[in-house]
Amino acid sequence: MSLTAFQNPTAYEVRSLYRSLLRQSRQFAAYNFREYARRRTRDAFREHRTETEERRVQELMQRGLQELQMMRRQTVVSQFFQLDKLVVEGGKTGMQSGSQGDIVRQKDQGWD
Amino acid sequence: MSSVIPTAAKRTVRLCVQQSTHRPLVRTAGRLAATAAPQCSSRRHYVSETKRDQATVNVETAIKADQKAFLQDTGKKPGDVQLPTTGMSGDVALNPSAGILKQATIMDEGTRPIYLDMQATTPTDPRVLDAMLPFLTGLYGNPHSRTHAYGWESDKAVEQARAHVAALIGADPKEIIFTSGATESNNMSIKGVARFFGKSGKKKHIITCQTEHKCVLDSCRHLQDEGFEVTYLPVKSNGLIDLKEFEEAIRPDTALASIMTVNNEIGVVQPMEEIGRICRSKKIFFHTDAAQGVGKIPIDVNKMNIDLMSISGHKIYAPKGVGACYVRRRPRVRLDPIISGGGQERGLRSGTLAPHLVVAFGEAARLAKQEMPYDSKRITALSERLLNGLLSLEHTTQNGDPARHYPGCVNVSFAYVEGESLLMALKDIALSSGSACTSASLEPSYVLRALGNSDESAHSSIRFGIGRFTTEAEIDYVLKAVRERVTFLRELSPLWELVQEGVDLNTIEWSQH
Repeated sequence: MSLTAFQNPTAYEVRSLYRSLLRQSRQFAAYNFREYARRRTRDAFREHRTETEERRVQELMQRGLQELQMMRRQTVVSQFFQLDKLVVEGGKTGMQSGSQGDIVRQKDQGWD
Repeated sequence: MSSVIPTAAKRTVRLCVQQSTHRPLVRTAGRLAATAAPQCSSRRHYVSETKRDQATVNVETAIKADQKAFLQDTGKKPGDVQLPTTGMSGDVALNPSAGILKQATIMDEGTRPIYLDMQATTPTDPRVLDAMLPFLTGLYGNPHSRTHAYGWESDKAVEQARAHVAALIGADPKEIIFTSGATESNNMSIKGVARFFGKSGKKKHIITCQTEHKCVLDSCRHLQDEGFEVTYLPVKSNGLIDLKEFEEAIRPDTALASIMTVNNEIGVVQPMEEIGRICRSKKIFFHTDAAQGVGKIPIDVNKMNIDLMSISGHKIYAPKGVGACYVRRRPRVRLDPIISGGGQERGLRSGTLAPHLVVAFGEAARLAKQEMPYDSKRITALSERLLNGLLSLEHTTQNGDPARHYPGCVNVSFAYVEGESLLMALKDIALSSGSACTSASLEPSYVLRALGNSDESAHSSIRFGIGRFTTEAEIDYVLKAVRERVTFLRELSPLWELVQEGVDLNTIEWSQH
């Protein structure tokens, strides 16, 4: 738990890197990349949360910083070449379910 | 000297200041000759001055501003936006009839299908794209140029990529030959070895398997025309080859055996180590098409005694158009090259390499090695979720061996449903019934027929490919969609009605036309 302990001088830096990685990952325009970046960041930090060795922590921080640099560039590229959203995005079925009458799809997928 | 410059600079500054203060004075004096002499020397400017600094655009702040503006515009519902000219709601722009009917249309989700065909190709990983972009912009040297720095830097990157690819399969970097893809690698290996050893006229036999990829089968067919004999081994009903049958098929004049590692349609993993051991003991070359296996399951060419191996870039999240061929050096495998030329790549594949593709491939291989534990854990979990959901439907069967199976490829037969019509019904999911090469024809898959499946079963099977970027939400969406539409299509089918009534379809005598 050395990463979360306050006496460790890099604990704040680690948390700040984690937050910036997550913030950056939200900016991918493509759904699959966005979700992957978020998931991978979270899982990588969870995997290494019990890391105690100073050298190893430094190494992982370096890797994280490189990933952040990469994401800064790639999110911009991703935003320049945007495509239509995927059918799963938004989390709704696209069919009328409630009594509200507010969801009408332009074309029904797959039945015609 | 050091004191001279500051004094000179001071002097020029003083001169400038004097000029700038004098000039307005002179101008105003000239223009306002009739008025009294100007008393105030500093005039107020209402227009900002033109300076060089104000004319330049800071790229970083511009990008940041762009991003900010972009993010502000996302997530807006069309109904909440007014069109700038007419002042009508944004819904009208999406759907004209909504404007007429004054009906709200909210497109709460996109229309782009989910991608679940990872056996055909995979999306390019952003990390891979990031590695290749410098080679598409600034680093354009020919990696074979030995006379200047442009060539050296490209060459260094290519060699690094080669080392990454070699590390992924446990080979030496010198044994990797970059090609345009797995098809070229397969052609090169099979035709190359057969032609080289067929020259003497002693080794004229090749062994392959019925479920191989088309490019292997077609290369063998081509060699048959050149006078070679080819044994197409049958497979058992679970998709695996019978090792005993394989051993019996080996003859004294056998030059090469080609068995694929992971099947592209049903995902079964052949027993590579055992096959490799048999080949080594009988002194025949062992080629494997590992396009679907490399980077997904652990592969070691030395442990498996593989002599030649085909690898594809676009199956491991690199762009299309790059692949590699592993050619063993000790004991040396000799090939007759298909492409002759400048002698690049040990003379086996002449032609200038594409550094950006090679670097992308290398980065993808490095990532595949680094991420393999994480990815395989995740893909296994997703695959179990999908398979359990699909098999919980009535009359569905998994094709291929359930145990020796790569989890990222799930092939399921839905009885009493036409596979192609199910694919049409699942337009919001990008799926395939077999390999992409044969998806243009409506013929049932030859792989499934080789397993001994009936034509109906082969017709009604669908392949689901799960990869690094597949999410749980997508799997759930697919399960829901498949369940709904399979039920819908079965309701239409007269066969399904008979089955529900308990009639065994095999007992029916259909009238002949």
